[in-house]
Amino acid sequence: MTESRLKKVLTMGHFAVTAECGPPKGADPEVIRSKGRLLKAYVDSVNVTDNQTGVVRLSSLASCVILKGEGLDPVLQMVTRDRNRIALQSDVLGASALGIRNILCLSGDHQSLGNQPEAKGVFDLDSMQLLQVVRRMRDKGVILGGDQLSSMPELFIGAVENPFGDPQHYRVTRLAKKVRAGAEFIQTQCIYNLDRFKEFMREVVNRGLDGKVAILGGVTPLKSARMAEYMAKNVAGMDIPAGVIDRMKASPAKGERQEGIRIAVETIQALTQIKGVRGVHIMAIEWEEAVPELVEKAGLLPRP
Amino acid sequence: MITAERKPFPEIKASIKPYEKILMVGCGTCVAECAAGGEKEVALLASLLRMDAAREGRKTEIKEMTVDRQCVYEFIDQVTALADQYDVILSLGCGAGVQAMAEVLPKIHIIPALNTTCIAETREAGVWLEDCRGCGDCKLDHFADICPITRCAKGLFNGPCGGSKDGHCEVDPEALCAWHQIITRLEETGRTESMDEVYPPANWAKKQGKGPRKIVREDQRA
Repeated sequence: MTESRLKKVLTMGHFAVTAECGPPKGADPEVIRSKGRLLKAYVDSVNVTDNQTGVVRLSSLASCVILKGEGLDPVLQMVTRDRNRIALQSDVLGASALGIRNILCLSGDHQSLGNQPEAKGVFDLDSMQLLQVVRRMRDKGVILGGDQLSSMPELFIGAVENPFGDPQHYRVTRLAKKVRAGAEFIQTQCIYNLDRFKEFMREVVNRGLDGKVAILGGVTPLKSARMAEYMAKNVAGMDIPAGVIDRMKASPAKGERQEGIRIAVETIQALTQIKGVRGVHIMAIEWEEAVPELVEKAGLLPRP
Repeated sequence: MITAERKPFPEIKASIKPYEKILMVGCGTCVAECAAGGEKEVALLASLLRMDAAREGRKTEIKEMTVDRQCVYEFIDQVTALADQYDVILSLGCGAGVQAMAEVLPKIHIIPALNTTCIAETREAGVWLEDCRGCGDCKLDHFADICPITRCAKGLFNGPCGGSKDGHCEVDPEALCAWHQIITRLEETGRTESMDEVYPPANWAKKQGKGPRKIVREDQRA
């Protein structure tokens, strides 16, 4: 019987390392396999996105199974945008039957932002409700409506939170709500503003939430000053302080990626020192090759 | 009210192309209020069609009329009296008006001239904002009287998502984030405790049911 490596690493008290893996816009399993092989020795778990930004890609569940075959511990992202409660609950059972042991519940990026803007957004459940549903399926063997399952899915259950979202003073209350709904681990939005994140974590600790949920700080290495400026301006809920953008701008064009890596390494090292932060989730968007270097330079090798 | 917008002129023109004698029927209630299908709009569209036909040297005969409510049979009776003298009815009612007329007039082709959009309020002159999806299970009091199903792009019951910026929605930066408004209003009215509960999944059966929903009120039946 397989078990969640992510859960095990966290339970043993290690600082967990996870990375994001985006499936390809095609049917070739080799793309996933090679990403998996690249990440395998450097991370505890790999988080597979579910048609992120509303763009059609190879399915998250299929990618997870491929990664599992390569010996990785996949985290299945499941968004409520594309499936109603029948499909969601069915896929939760299917994932568990296929040996997937981690699930991340999200609402998903709005369909109008992707390459299928004429699609009907489902949103039968929201992320909070999905968390609650999965938790009851696992702990009580009950689906919505009260029917009993013949056997329960085995899943370590996670959610996301954006410490930099609006309204700011509400974010910890929202995190508390996700914990109450059933989240056992949390991946945060990319952290560039450490001061604001520390403030968020102080409130998390004050409310005693750090004892109830494992928080993995989100880190995305910047590739260029242009990417930093673009994200700061165009990605909602993203907080990139001017100081970070200035650092990227100050580095010569050839050294921009290295500066991005340096900033990310410093962020990860800072995260290891923040009370309540139990790990890092690296989202190197279409730049998975950066992950080994980041993990190594941050001093997080070897993995348990 | 039910709001609607007139279809683009070329689409209307193409749909009535095979017909010479046209009965245009407006509606004096919702779609008149939102300036899409009332008496004025019927007159305007009729003139456009007549001018267009004259310019192209086509023969056309257009009769204009507007009933109080196109969705109520007793008002449609005014149309019945004239209907068989025309080749087609061009309706400036909402979808309910078109279908109610079709029910009463089984042998006549009825063409919609409007795109029915939503249940909305008048925000300011010339601005209508959708605020109800007719879910059949109103819980507005729980959400500070701002409907998350309608006004949140994702219809989140336990929002906000992480994507709003300065109180605006990431999907449509011109729109206010419904959850930002809900939270602000709950705080201002001292009702923050409802934000802590995980709101349960909706009962969409009350919205989708088993096909079209029907209200039967015995006390109202003759």
